[in-house]
Amino acid sequence: MNEIPALQHPVAAAADQASGPSPPTTASAARRLSRVKERVIESLLLVAAFSSVAITLGIVGTLIYESSFFFAHVSLKEFLTAPLWTPLFSDPRFGILPLVMGTLVTTAVALTVALPVGTVVAIYLSEFAPVTLREVIKPALELLSAVPTVVYGYFALQFMSPLLQRFIPGLPTFNMLSAGVVMGIMIIPYVSSLSEDAMRAVPMSLREGAYALGANRIITALKVVYPSALSGIVASYILAISRAIGETMIVAIAAGMQPNLTADPREPAATITAFIVQVSLGDLPHGSIGYQSIFAAGITLFIMTLIFNILGYWLRKRFREVY
Amino acid sequence: MSDFKRIIAKRKRQDFIFNIIGILCTLIGILTLGALLVDLLLDGLPRLSVGFLTHFPSRFAEQAGILSSWVGTLLIMIVTAFTAVPLGVAAGVYLEEYARKNWVTNLIEINIANLAGVPSIIYGLMALGLLVYQFRLGQSVLTGGLTLAFLILPIVIVATREALRTIPQGIREAAYALGSTKWQVVRHHLLPYSVGGTMTGIIIALSRAIGETAPLITIGALTFIAFLPPPPLRSQPPFVSFEWLSSPFSVLPIQMFNWVSRPDQNFVFNAAGAGLVLIVVTLSLNAVAIVIRYRVRKRIKW
Repeated sequence: MNEIPALQHPVAAAADQASGPSPPTTASAARRLSRVKERVIESLLLVAAFSSVAITLGIVGTLIYESSFFFAHVSLKEFLTAPLWTPLFSDPRFGILPLVMGTLVTTAVALTVALPVGTVVAIYLSEFAPVTLREVIKPALELLSAVPTVVYGYFALQFMSPLLQRFIPGLPTFNMLSAGVVMGIMIIPYVSSLSEDAMRAVPMSLREGAYALGANRIITALKVVYPSALSGIVASYILAISRAIGETMIVAIAAGMQPNLTADPREPAATITAFIVQVSLGDLPHGSIGYQSIFAAGITLFIMTLIFNILGYWLRKRFREVY
Repeated sequence: MSDFKRIIAKRKRQDFIFNIIGILCTLIGILTLGALLVDLLLDGLPRLSVGFLTHFPSRFAEQAGILSSWVGTLLIMIVTAFTAVPLGVAAGVYLEEYARKNWVTNLIEINIANLAGVPSIIYGLMALGLLVYQFRLGQSVLTGGLTLAFLILPIVIVATREALRTIPQGIREAAYALGSTKWQVVRHHLLPYSVGGTMTGIIIALSRAIGETAPLITIGALTFIAFLPPPPLRSQPPFVSFEWLSSPFSVLPIQMFNWVSRPDQNFVFNAAGAGLVLIVVTLSLNAVAIVIRYRVRKRIKW
C-alpha cells in the first residue's frame, strides 16, 4: 500500500522548514537562530580545512616517533656513513647510503630523459605548434601521468629492459637504467605542462621586440622567452625531481631489490622506496628492528623531497616575474 | 644583398630544424603511450574473459582471476570518495569563501601545497604507524580507503578552489543583496555553479587513487586473497552491515604487482590482463573528466 503524503501548501511547507523544530515567536529570534547556524557551518568548514594540517602533523609525528626507536638502536653516524644496508640479516648493518645512491641514480637517469625532452616539448607547444595541435597534444601528453605507475613498472621490466638489452650487451633484466628511462618518460608531462604555462604567460610584446630586432622563432624562444619564464620552468624541474625521488612502483618492479652501492645505472639496485615496499610485503612484527627501519628510510625520503619542495616554493615566490 | 638573403635562409632553416626536433620529442611521449598500450594488449588481451573477472587468484595461472582485487578496489574507492569529497570540498569552500587573510589561512595554504609534494609511500607509512597500530583500525578496507583519501585531499581542495574562483563576484553580491546569508550563497549558488570544475578534479583524483599501489602495500594489504569481504546488504534486519570496512583486502594494482614479479611467464600474462583492466578504468575516468571540463567551459559564459 502506498502512503500518500499529506498535501500541503508549498509556501506553508517552506515556512515550516525555515522555522525549524521549535518555531520562534519573533523575527529577531529567527535571525538569531540563523546566525548560530551560520557560525556552526563556518566552524565545520574550518575544521575541514584544518584536516590537511592534521594530516601533515600525523605524517611528521609518525615518522619521528617510529624512527626514534630505530635511532635508539643505531647511531646517526652509522646510519649516514656505513656502506651496507642489511637490516634483516642476522648480522645487520644500517648504512642508508646504498639506498640513497639507488634513489639518486634512478632519479638522475629519469631527469636526463625528462628535463631536455620536456623542455623542448614545452618550447615547441608554446612557441611553434599551431593552436589546434596544441589543444590535442597537451591533454594527450597529460595522459602519460594518468597511467598507474605499476603499469609503467610492467612496461619497464617487460618492454624497456629487453629493448635496452639489444643495445647494451650484458645488461641484467633488473637494472636502474630501464626503470629510470621509463620514469623519465612518465614525468615528461610534469615538466612540459608547467613550463609551457610559464612560457605562455610571457607577454607577447617581449616576443615582438625580439622579432623587431630580426630574431627568428627559436632565438626568441631560447634568448627571450625561456629566460623570462625561468622561475616557472625551474619550479617544474624541481617538481619533476621530487616526483622521481618519491616514485616507488617502477623501481620496485624493474630496478631490483638488492641494496647496491654503485653509480652505474646498468646495475640493479634498490632505492629507498623499493626497500620500504620490499619490507612491507613480508610479514614484519610491529616493533621489530625491520619495522622500525622502514620509518628510518621513510624519514630520509621525506627530508629529501621536503628540501626540494621548499626550494621550489621559495623559487616561485622569489623569482615570480611581474609584467 | 645576397648575404642578407643567406642570413634569412639560415634563420628559417634553424626554425625548421627545431620544428622537427620539437615534433620528435613530442612523439617520444605519445609513442611510448602507444607502445605501452600495444604491449599490454598483446600480452593481456588473450587472458581477458568473464572467468578472469569472476575467479579468485590461484596457484595456477590459467585459473587465476581478479575477482577479489577488483572488488577490493571498488570498496576502497567508496571509502575514499566518501571521505575525501566532503572534506576536500568543505576545505576548499572555507579557504576560498570564508577565510580571512591571516597567518592561519597562510599556514593552511602552504601546508596544502607541501602535502601535494609528499611521495605517496610516505602516506602509507603514516597510515601504518597511526591508523593501523595507534588507532587499531587494522589492515582493513577502512584504513586503505582513508589512506588514499588523505593522499588525494590536496587535489580535491585545489580543484574546488579553482572552480569557485571562476564564479564572478557579481553572483555573490546579487545573492547578498537579496538578503542571503553566506551559507545560502554557497549552498544555492556557488556549489551548483562550480560543480563541473569540482567534479573534474574529483574524478581525476579518484583515477589517481585507483592506480596507487605503494601506500596500500605499506599498510599491509594482502597480495593473495581468496575470499570477498562480507556483503554490505543482509537479508535479516537491520539489512545493512558495515563489517566489510574491517575486512582485509587486495586491490588491482597490488594483484598486478604480485603477478609481474613471478618468473612463470603465464603469470606475467595475467599481470598484463590486470594492467589492461586498470588502464581502461583510469583512462576512461580521465576521458570523462576531459569531456565534463570541455562541456562546462562551453556551456557557462559569465
